[in-house]
Amino acid sequence: MSFLIGENMTGGYGGADILHDCTIAVEKGEIAVIVGPNGAGKSTAMKAVFGMLALREGRVMLDGQDITGLTPQDRVKAGMGFVPQNNNVFTSMTVQENLEMGAYIREDDFSDTMEQVFHLFPILKEKRRQPAGELSGGQRQQVAVGRALMTKPKVLMLDEPTAGVSPIVMDELFDRIIEVARTGIAILMVEQNARQALNIADKGYVLVQGRNRFTDTGEALLANPEVRKSFLGG
Amino acid sequence: MEDLLNAVVLLGNYVIVPGLAYGSQLALGALGVTLVFGILRFSNFAHGDTMAFGTMVVILFTWWFQSMGISIDPLPTALLALPFGILATIGMLLATDRLVYKFYRKQRSPSIVFVMASVGVMFVMNGIVRFVIGPNDQRFADGQRFILKAREFKEATGLSEGLTIKVSQGLTLGIAVIVVGLLFWFLQKSRTGKAMRAYSDNEDLALLSGISPEKVVMITWIIAAALATIAGTLYGLDKSFKPFTYFQLLLPIFAAAIVGGLGNPLGAIAGGFVVAFSEVTITYAYKKFLKYLMPENLEPEGLVQLLSTDYKFAVSFVILVLVLLIRPTGIFKGKVL
Repeated sequence: MSFLIGENMTGGYGGADILHDCTIAVEKGEIAVIVGPNGAGKSTAMKAVFGMLALREGRVMLDGQDITGLTPQDRVKAGMGFVPQNNNVFTSMTVQENLEMGAYIREDDFSDTMEQVFHLFPILKEKRRQPAGELSGGQRQQVAVGRALMTKPKVLMLDEPTAGVSPIVMDELFDRIIEVARTGIAILMVEQNARQALNIADKGYVLVQGRNRFTDTGEALLANPEVRKSFLGG
Repeated sequence: MEDLLNAVVLLGNYVIVPGLAYGSQLALGALGVTLVFGILRFSNFAHGDTMAFGTMVVILFTWWFQSMGISIDPLPTALLALPFGILATIGMLLATDRLVYKFYRKQRSPSIVFVMASVGVMFVMNGIVRFVIGPNDQRFADGQRFILKAREFKEATGLSEGLTIKVSQGLTLGIAVIVVGLLFWFLQKSRTGKAMRAYSDNEDLALLSGISPEKVVMITWIIAAALATIAGTLYGLDKSFKPFTYFQLLLPIFAAAIVGGLGNPLGAIAGGFVVAFSEVTITYAYKKFLKYLMPENLEPEGLVQLLSTDYKFAVSFVILVLVLLIRPTGIFKGKVL
């Protein structure tokens, strides 16, 4: 049994189903990446795992516990961190305040967690008194990831963390994400940049029309001629 | 030289001092409107009548205290009654939220529905106030009336113009500074205040961060109630209390909030003073002022009043229209309506 698993998930936003019997799993300290063409249900699968989408069938298990019935807020309390694709920072608030809000549910002293985030993203320490809305795209993503890390989650979910950032910034973000995974956090992310993402992935899921098409290690998927031809541009 | 000083004192007496007091009252009112807009995302038309309700309770307590002989002379007894008025208004607003707005929040209604609901709430509150205290003018100011009397000022300075500062004006300014200071400290430094700003900034992310919307909404109503009661009481002490006047105050208050930038507390304060000073300077008759400054034969014949005081509400309207046309976000970046 995986640490986090969305098993045989079927469901949609009312009306027709978008996910069909889709299974996504990730282990502690590993990176799992969901890739696939546009409209494949990548983000939907992620939302289903996080409880932002009601499932008609299937279940979500976290550390052996069935969390299918929990709201997203309760899943945060249960140890899941989520970084949405858009509007993922409080633009009018400073970087430090963003991190404080990330730790809102924590009653204990979270200054050491904030130090860890600053250690991971040194630029944020430098800019901690600046409103997050004034930062560059890459820096904002760091704030967004930092905010989600403030609850000390066991699972971190990222919805296209590199959307709209330059290739150099993308590489740097991926490096940071690997670092986060090394601390024992399970990472599940959706990515448009399939090749680069599979490069750092322990496990890759290729979704097509809401179904699991290929599931393998990142390396194996990159080597798979069919995957290369259909999804990675040769 | 003496003429120039006289002109300055004259302007101070009739424009600057009243403008500062009126501006503070509008700023406190606009802060309430802007906070409700920032958190609940609708324009609360009932705010003027909330001010009337709070002031009414303060007046009732003031009368009760006066009948028992309790006073804090030289300060007005109303200050003693203020906390009770605030508590009653908090109760009123929380009850309104539970009975009216909560339903629409659950329905996730568009903001125009909330606005219309608030118009309904406005009429109900208006009715309650008129029913309890009547539609007429009520005076409830007591204690010392002046900090500085015109005669004392003239004697001290030897000028022919006097400067009057009423206790109510001094109180208004002092209390406004304290209240605004506390509010900003709360919003900037406290955990709950930051959560309110976060919720106003990005509702979805605030939910993801575990911020409870119901708690944020409750705190917002509590603060709005306190601000409305304080603003209303200060206005009533300074002028007089009449339910209809408070309903009319809605316009300059909204103008202030929008001029400053809706949802931006700093803007509400700036907007309050912009509107107040526009109103006062445009409706002031400058004849005497110019007489001091101009050579005798150039003395103006008319009153040199740009607009009769009867039309003072037109000033707010014009400001409102201009801002919405030219800079819909207001002076400080607020939300576009």
